[in-house]
Amino acid sequence: MSEIKIDDTVDITDVVCPVTFVKAKVALEELDEGQILSIRMNDGEPVQNVPRSIKEEGHQILKLDDNEDGTYTLYVKKVED
Amino acid sequence: MADYAALKKGGFMRQKQKNNFSLRIRVVGGHLDAKQLAKVAEVSEKYGEGYVHLTSRQGVEIPFIKLDQIDEVKAALAEGDVVPGVCGPRVRTITACQGSAICPSGCINTYALAEELDERYFGRELPHKFKFGVTGCQNNCLKAEENDVGIKGGIKVAWQEEKCIQCGVCVKACREGAITLEDGKISVDSSKCNFCGRCTKACPTDAYDNTHGYIVSFGGIFGNHINKGKTVIPFIEDHEKLLKVCDAAINFFEKNANAGERLKFTIDRVGEDKFNKEILEAYENE
Repeated sequence: MSEIKIDDTVDITDVVCPVTFVKAKVALEELDEGQILSIRMNDGEPVQNVPRSIKEEGHQILKLDDNEDGTYTLYVKKVED
Repeated sequence: MADYAALKKGGFMRQKQKNNFSLRIRVVGGHLDAKQLAKVAEVSEKYGEGYVHLTSRQGVEIPFIKLDQIDEVKAALAEGDVVPGVCGPRVRTITACQGSAICPSGCINTYALAEELDERYFGRELPHKFKFGVTGCQNNCLKAEENDVGIKGGIKVAWQEEKCIQCGVCVKACREGAITLEDGKISVDSSKCNFCGRCTKACPTDAYDNTHGYIVSFGGIFGNHINKGKTVIPFIEDHEKLLKVCDAAINFFEKNANAGERLKFTIDRVGEDKFNKEILEAYENE
């Protein structure tokens, strides 16, 4: 999966719900259609809920990596409305 | 002498204050439209004390209605399509959360089901009160298990390998630990799955086939005694079977209950095995 070219990265491990999703959403807004954002998030509630919220916004989820340090990285391709 | 039982049946609840009644409005699934609300407001100002009370089961009551104005109040409410509710030994307000029509978490159309149950059962005379509640998903905002019959929406999932990108989002979305991803294949442990639907709602490629259905609990009560309703059939897919099972529960209650006895205590007295058998028979009969 090393072929994923990341355009920007955001770390949401320093915030809690619902700011987790808001921070990811703001980062996605900075991107152009088709660009890829990697989002680092904590295990537990963020990884349970943030991917679904991003799907509901209409973006395309490519992959979820377990960083094996209690965090996960989600790769998202921006889709405009 | 006023016929208090008749008034109670018609939704007029006797107050401490002599000749004053708190008028219960018929509400289905927690919805009232603007026209109804406007009329309720008008009636509360003209005939009550200018306020309403929202009950614990999504009802609306207009307190301080005077005994000698009851017919006038009923006529006024009817102009706004507002009908009095019921109290006493019969099927009460069918409650519902907003369900899949509005809520992203909803697995079933709770309001449509509440309307259907209301049409089928509301006000039916029984040995004691009988409550239905409909909640859209495992979040259980409507507290299904505190009702005599509680209905909870769920989704049964089946993984579709060809659509899956093995991202692992569903594995983490599942709160029951039912999903594992190994060697590019997803497996769902049906003994752990609680039909919450979080996996399929989170899946980026919609790689799950969804079957929407109902988790039905019986014998819930949340007053002087507290008991959580119990499920007999884990998941009911078919809408007609759901109605048959509801019919069976209410018929069992009508046939077996003593006056003033809630379903939970009828089941305890007559026997859980016997009750479960009647429910299963209704479910299995074509």
